[in-house]
Amino acid sequence: MTVQQVLFFLFGAIALGAAIGMVTARKVFHAALWMLLAFFGVAGLYVLLEAPFFAAAQLFVYMGAIGVLIIYAIMLTRGMMRQRLPRVNDQWWFAGLLAAALLVVLAWLVWQHPWATTTAAAPADSLNRLGLTLVDPEGFALPFEVASVLLVMALIGAVTIVRER
Amino acid sequence: MVPLQWYLVLSAALFCVGLYAVLARRNAISILMGIELMLNAVNINLLAFWRYTQPEAAVGQAFAAFVYAVAAAEVAVGLALIVSIYRNRETVDVDEINLLKW
Amino acid sequence: MESLSRFLAFLADAIVNIGDWIRGLLLGAGLVDPWVSLIMKAIGALVVAFFPLMVVVFLIWAYRKVAARMQGRLGPNSSGTWAGPYGILQTFADAIKMLTKEDIRPQGIDLIPYNLAPILVVFASIATWAVMPFGPRLIGSDLNIGIFYILAFSSAALVVFLMAGWSSNNKYATVGAFRSVAQLIGYEIPQLLAVLTVVMVTGSLRMQEIVGQQEIPLLFQLPVTAFIFFLASMAEVNARPFELLEAESELVCGYFIEYSGMKFGMFYLGEFMNSTAVAALFATLFLGGWRGPWVEQAPILGTVWFLLKMGLMLLLWMFIQITFPRLRIDQMLAFNWKFLVPLALANLCVIGLVNKGITEWFPGGVSTWTRAGILLMTNVGIFLATWGILAALERREQRRRETWRAAQVGEVEVSA
Repeated sequence: MTVQQVLFFLFGAIALGAAIGMVTARKVFHAALWMLLAFFGVAGLYVLLEAPFFAAAQLFVYMGAIGVLIIYAIMLTRGMMRQRLPRVNDQWWFAGLLAAALLVVLAWLVWQHPWATTTAAAPADSLNRLGLTLVDPEGFALPFEVASVLLVMALIGAVTIVRER
Repeated sequence: MVPLQWYLVLSAALFCVGLYAVLARRNAISILMGIELMLNAVNINLLAFWRYTQPEAAVGQAFAAFVYAVAAAEVAVGLALIVSIYRNRETVDVDEINLLKW
Repeated sequence: MESLSRFLAFLADAIVNIGDWIRGLLLGAGLVDPWVSLIMKAIGALVVAFFPLMVVVFLIWAYRKVAARMQGRLGPNSSGTWAGPYGILQTFADAIKMLTKEDIRPQGIDLIPYNLAPILVVFASIATWAVMPFGPRLIGSDLNIGIFYILAFSSAALVVFLMAGWSSNNKYATVGAFRSVAQLIGYEIPQLLAVLTVVMVTGSLRMQEIVGQQEIPLLFQLPVTAFIFFLASMAEVNARPFELLEAESELVCGYFIEYSGMKFGMFYLGEFMNSTAVAALFATLFLGGWRGPWVEQAPILGTVWFLLKMGLMLLLWMFIQITFPRLRIDQMLAFNWKFLVPLALANLCVIGLVNKGITEWFPGGVSTWTRAGILLMTNVGIFLATWGILAALERREQRRRETWRAAQVGEVEVSA
């Protein structure tokens, strides 16, 4: 068991355990906190995958921005808790069955497929390559600009929907 | 080295847990959290494939970066909708928001 | 005489030499290499984690002393209950007092977030010290995303304030947490843009690379960027004049309300450690980090220069904290969104263009002094232009508001 495998099990257990905690939490605020822990585990996995930029971006975007947004929304919609809602709806057993079946199928599929992997290490300037690709006109400059337009549209839309009349 | 299959199985497991959250929870915000978990699982998949099949090309990383942007935009709009629904219907239980207008 | 010169040579690169000596001891004791590396890394991590704690202990005393002298009183001193000469042991006395306070557990709180929040705040503060360059070869871990790692951790710590506020089961704490996060998120944007400008000019995210590129400190090349970063960082660490959310007279201390004893002590500690980290970051980004005269011959002087620059920034931070009053929440947010963000955006765009333009127009490369001069003039020009435009817009808005207000009273007829 190399150090990498031990770390993989550690971060994988954190991510998966926190995800299961998220779907079984009683209060929705606790579910949000479990979700943040799952994000942290996923950030650790990104470090193992030699993508440190994405680990930091995970902390920045998911924990710092999306997590805060979700907790804000929870606080804004729980003010008047008249009755405690049940956490799951009536078809939860079917949903669990479906999710388990999908997991079995996916796991079997990926396990027995011979993937063409290389054992080369990630190049040391992968960050530079990512930056160059994102602004190269023959690379991904157009999707980059479209993504920024998408974010502007999403922001304007969100602010318009939530505005007090 | 960690074999590629381990990463794929882990991301499949995270995806299925997110799917269960979307299908079985009643609170609309819990459903959104399940969607975020699914997007995270997809990102792990993308970066694992980038690392293990073609680490010199930056395509995999660029794809993952776009998934980040799309996830952020979707969360913003989704939460705005939920807060607006809460203001009109006083509930975020999706079982009770099943009529268009009365 | 020869042993003296050997001792001086050892001292010239003291910390690295001590590390080599410990490694020699461990290898001599019969351990194999992976374990030796692991133990060396653990020792290094402990030292790096203890450094901000020790600095903060001294900083709290220094802050109280400087504040007292600026306000015409004495501060902690050796009269009364003895607390060391000049009152140096005052911080230890405060810590012991906090340890002996009753650990109140309010009714109706959420236990786990309530107890986790102070720990996570200190965790996020200490974690940023892993990439601070203390010397030419002294850095916790020279990540190739160095500065981005620090920004990511200070952003991830935001959610901890929400945890603390919400789990306190107190509406003042919740409102304080809301406002705190609104302020912190808002001021992250100019901070990030200023750092992006520095990264663009130096061409790398790695901390040692940023320090290595500063033959002329970036403070003299990009003064306005330094100004934006400094103001935004003061707001990020909740220092006066941006101290609204944790002041005793506003909202009963914000999200701190229900915390007492050592938990409050940890929040306090975390805030001072954030200030130290921001001072060290400013020293690295804009003042040249460990650069200074005679660093090639004696690398230990690099650490000395770094500590001196950090101390200078901390002194400036203390002066500003002691002399300024607090801003209101709407003044603070207006200052951010209406002044700092447009300025930072204009700064980023124009400096990016000029930086690229320098490499295009002078294909033979320019000397560092010319480049520094061009960047300096561009920076000051952007500042004056943005200030002029924003001031003109604000004057027009003010005139419109006054006409409207006079129309309300009925003095002036407002034509549609």
